[in-house]
Amino acid sequence: MADIVTLREAVGTLIHDGDVVAMEGFTHLIPFAAGHEVIRQKRRDLTLVRMTPDLIYDQLIGAGCARRLVFSWGGNPGVGSLHRFRDAVEHDWPRPLEVEEHSHAAMANAYVAGAANLPFALFRGYAGSDLPRYNDRIRPVNCPFTGEVLTAVPSLRPDVTVIHAQRADRDGNVLIRGILGVQKEAVLAARRALITVEEIVDDLGADTNACLLPHWVTSAVCVVPRGAHPSYAYGYYDRDNLFYQEWDNIARTREGFQSWLNHHVLKEPAA
Amino acid sequence: MTTATAYTTTEMMTVAAARRLPDRAVCFVGIGLPSTAANLARITHAPRIVLIYESGPIGAKPRVLPLSIGDGELADTADTVVSTAEIFRYWLQGERIDVGFLGAAQVDKFGNINTTVIGPYARPTVRLPGAGGAPEIAALAKEVLIVLQQSKRTFVDKLDFITSAGYLTGGDARARLKLPGKGPVAIITDLCVMEPEPVSNEFIVTSLHAGVTRAKVEEATGWAIRFASDVRVTPEPTERELSVLRDLQQRTAVAHGRAD
Repeated sequence: MADIVTLREAVGTLIHDGDVVAMEGFTHLIPFAAGHEVIRQKRRDLTLVRMTPDLIYDQLIGAGCARRLVFSWGGNPGVGSLHRFRDAVEHDWPRPLEVEEHSHAAMANAYVAGAANLPFALFRGYAGSDLPRYNDRIRPVNCPFTGEVLTAVPSLRPDVTVIHAQRADRDGNVLIRGILGVQKEAVLAARRALITVEEIVDDLGADTNACLLPHWVTSAVCVVPRGAHPSYAYGYYDRDNLFYQEWDNIARTREGFQSWLNHHVLKEPAA
Repeated sequence: MTTATAYTTTEMMTVAAARRLPDRAVCFVGIGLPSTAANLARITHAPRIVLIYESGPIGAKPRVLPLSIGDGELADTADTVVSTAEIFRYWLQGERIDVGFLGAAQVDKFGNINTTVIGPYARPTVRLPGAGGAPEIAALAKEVLIVLQQSKRTFVDKLDFITSAGYLTGGDARARLKLPGKGPVAIITDLCVMEPEPVSNEFIVTSLHAGVTRAKVEEATGWAIRFASDVRVTPEPTERELSVLRDLQQRTAVAHGRAD
């Protein structure tokens, strides 16, 4: 049952040191405000799971929250590298980062398998790729009927999934519109789900086939207007492309990043 | 059609890539150069091409180029938007894709792609973004086009890491894996077009862009690049191709608030 609570309370209650945390949103609806609250509450040793780490995990990694990263594409979309991610992988700063690396198809399938309460995902993957040589959680499996060799990866079962959505109603039912990514699968695969929304409305106005997460599958709903900025919320605000470009400079040096973090995340009072 | 007088090498590359896309093809599009070329094709010779982006849009017809793979413009202009899981499971793995259109950080002579690391995996000198959708696109799309700028850094003799398979060690190495997709059928660069030589599956130059010498291609390739016996000259961009491309990029710059 979803409680409508403050973001500070939700993060404090639902996300613990050492948790496996998935913050999803495929370019769209990335839960930045929640990520910043995790940084403010100084969570440590997290296993961060996300198909596209994006700026949100660059920030969490640079702030020292992560011990391990499970991902499939780690860049600044349309701009270049994630410098804090690279500094952690290449130079162990601010601490070593273990990496479990997949393809998008593997992670999407692994969330689906998690949501379906299966131990592993089965798909046609990684043919000819070197990735299975460096990731022993990618394994071959035979079809029991034909013997065909397919690929298996373990299901993703996060302790907590965090997403941002456009709106919730007063009972905590959540509606997602636009690019859906893997958010529904990631929420249903997780033990707990924290969802930030742009606003609470009386009536969601959801079509019959809309992507709706019923209140009884979420743990907490928090109202955080512009909670996906600098990504976007379809129907509310556009992607702040300029910030994505500026991030390349901000995060390029440790000092630049630290200064940005101090001014824009650590000093900001929690919602 | 008349031929334009002045154009950049990147424009030539984009136009040459766009021309490879047939009308009505179902095309799985990566962001950047592939997306630019695919939309140029859609606005010029291939109005019924179906563009699929991995974030979920099917049949996207963006009026301005997306900066990210999940821009709202793609959702606004798509025939439908499905989940990312559905894209990979039903549409790509379901073998609904005619052309997979990929960029790359590095390629080798057999069209294998590296987007993972330069140097050892555990301690890379350069950590690249990683696989994204490419390994399965490279395996499952009926055919693959690769587009990237050509230099000794990008066209290397031996990749440190194969992220996505081309013809692997060449010859029948890929065929032995019995993949649904044929593999890369062309690499389009700012200098030339390369296609796999029959039997060896080594990429050889089949078309030089106007004004580009063989020596220039050799200097920009990390292996002893070979040339087809009948190397063509790539037709130059037409006025229409150039004006559509420049309009598209101008609209994009205005929409995204950038000067470039």
